[in-house]
Amino acid sequence: MFFTYLRRELRRRMRQAIFIALGLALGIGLVITVTALSTGVKNAQGTVLHALYGAGTDITVTKAPSSNSGGPFGFRVGGGADNGQRPAAGTTFSRDTLLSRSLGALNSSSVSSVAKQRGVAAAGGALVLTDLSVSGTIPSAASGGGGFGGGGGASNFKTNSFTVNGADLAVGEVGPLSSGKIASGRTFTSSDATSNVAVVDSSYAGQNKLVTGSTITVAGAKFTVIGTVSQPQGGNPAQVYIPLTRAQTLASMKNQVNTIYVAAASAAGIGSVSKSISGVVPGATVTTSSDLASEVTGSLASASSLANNLGKWLAVAVLVAAFLLASLLTMAAVSRRVREFGTLKALGWRSKRIVGQVMGEAIAIGIVGGAVGVALGFAGAALVSRLAPPLSASVGQTTGSATPGGARTFGGGGGFGGPPGGGTGGGAFSRLAANATHTVAVHLTAPVTIGAVVLAVVLAVAGGFIAGSFGGWRAARLRPAAALARVE
Amino acid sequence: MYKLTNVKKEYQKGRATVAALAGVDLVIEDGEWLAIQGPTGHGKTTLLQILGGLDRPTSGIVDFDGQDLADLRESQVTKVRAASIGFIFQTFNLIPTLSGQENVEAALVPLGVGPAERRARAAKALESVGLGDRLRHLPSELSGGQQQRVAIARALVKEPKVLLADEPTGNLDEDTRDEIISLLEALWREHGLTLILVTHDSSVARRAQRVGIMRNGRLSIKQDTRRPAG
Repeated sequence: MFFTYLRRELRRRMRQAIFIALGLALGIGLVITVTALSTGVKNAQGTVLHALYGAGTDITVTKAPSSNSGGPFGFRVGGGADNGQRPAAGTTFSRDTLLSRSLGALNSSSVSSVAKQRGVAAAGGALVLTDLSVSGTIPSAASGGGGFGGGGGASNFKTNSFTVNGADLAVGEVGPLSSGKIASGRTFTSSDATSNVAVVDSSYAGQNKLVTGSTITVAGAKFTVIGTVSQPQGGNPAQVYIPLTRAQTLASMKNQVNTIYVAAASAAGIGSVSKSISGVVPGATVTTSSDLASEVTGSLASASSLANNLGKWLAVAVLVAAFLLASLLTMAAVSRRVREFGTLKALGWRSKRIVGQVMGEAIAIGIVGGAVGVALGFAGAALVSRLAPPLSASVGQTTGSATPGGARTFGGGGGFGGPPGGGTGGGAFSRLAANATHTVAVHLTAPVTIGAVVLAVVLAVAGGFIAGSFGGWRAARLRPAAALARVE
Repeated sequence: MYKLTNVKKEYQKGRATVAALAGVDLVIEDGEWLAIQGPTGHGKTTLLQILGGLDRPTSGIVDFDGQDLADLRESQVTKVRAASIGFIFQTFNLIPTLSGQENVEAALVPLGVGPAERRARAAKALESVGLGDRLRHLPSELSGGQQQRVAIARALVKEPKVLLADEPTGNLDEDTRDEIISLLEALWREHGLTLILVTHDSSVARRAQRVGIMRNGRLSIKQDTRRPAG
């Protein structure tokens, strides 16, 4: 009797039932689409962060460089005396150096200290470096002031640079290589720790015609390419990876690292882990993925703001309106059936049963609305994934608050280029500084998760329940005599 | 069956208090057919609703088979209605979305009767009122007389002790009215139930054993054709 009555009654007021269901569907569809969009934005931010720091990395530890690092030319010359005196004019020179200009040095023992902290699953140190090679002929003094620069100075020199990451082979689960896929050859093994072997980014390899077995020069030393790696699209990975021990030697940074990658044992523990790391590595900048997420600028950040603010509140507003409409229409439908319910009470039907009938009808409408809403949500999410333009995100490395002049984000020309004629050509240094700010492009998708579908079902049933409660309350209050006295 | 003692029912209409029943004393025997006549608005329907537990008196005792309906909780009154009291209304009051058979079944739902038994009893009840071939018809597909027959079947399917009919022929033409009253009379005799019928039609009231007149909320017996015991 319950389902027969329910079915027949919904058929009788089909138009109204469809109207209510569509209202609920719209609200629920919007909630799913916005939830999917938020998930997509979070995934995009994760892609940005993982592309930069590796899939397993939750926290990075870095240090601002000291202001006096390097010689008068702004870089240290490995393997040779650098007494700051100007070579004779006409001298040809060639320098191939590994530089850690944008990050300060941390003791390797800091890595062990960090790894021992409670809540740390893994910690690995790395050297994020730039290989800068400069070659050319020293010009005569007449062509400019002291130093290398001056008019036409840049054309005397050839420069080339590429990024190098000295990777800790013992802790491969953290760091940028953990996001990559070997495209050819092989990756490092623990036995490569002291060898001159390198893994090269596949894009860089393609541009420079490098294959497995090729030779590249890093800081004047010859390295054999053992494999190429593809990193996630949109990332800005290092171009060459070599074992950390070799990088430390070539960069004259023995027992030093300039980045520590940390994986937390749980997402909930990231906050407390970063606090304890700050305690054991004083003066370091400890950055969590959420810190970096808040530093992300660009259209990805705008999309995030849109999804989280406008999108969320719009979905909530539409859903509340749908619930309200459903409740009002259900109460109106109960009003029209007053005589009917009075008759049922006269037959001996208890109020509970009548309320149950009303609620059943409302929940049935809610379930239909939910089903349509899920379909609308999937369609909306698919539309977003299809039509959303690629978004860009920029993340800069920010120095700690102790930096003189206040915390800064490294960016193009961030204080490291010398004045014209007073230093080397600004080109190489702006590239170094620019490397510190990473801009990635990501394609926004809006994946609908099981959680979102479950949320939709819960909302649908809740919507029906709320509407049914209002109607049921109305029906329960009816006195049979008063109900039967109503003229329809 | 019933013993009413000084039953009063008052309503508030704005500042004024309206006495729908001004103190009714009435004894109704088992198996009796009582007709209640009177002009509109003098308390006939109110009295019927109080007899059926659809409304509560402002004061007085409504003794139904040893229970004071005025004193019972709503859920208890509902149980009494479900098991013992059948209703027939002037406007038939069939559920429009349920077929004739389903309307009759609705009276058995509160008694916890299973679906198969409900269907069988409903079909039998409809046959007894001459509608065995109209089981699946919706009320909108039935004439007024047929709808009232369905309502009668619905009232009788649970084998109640008392049948309360509020102007059962009020919406029917003369021929159909006679049909329905004859049917009610036949069923009253056949089942031995107590029949209390409100009507403004004297030709209908005359067929009852006793006729009471409601005037200004008071009941007086006009006709009593019951055979004395012994």
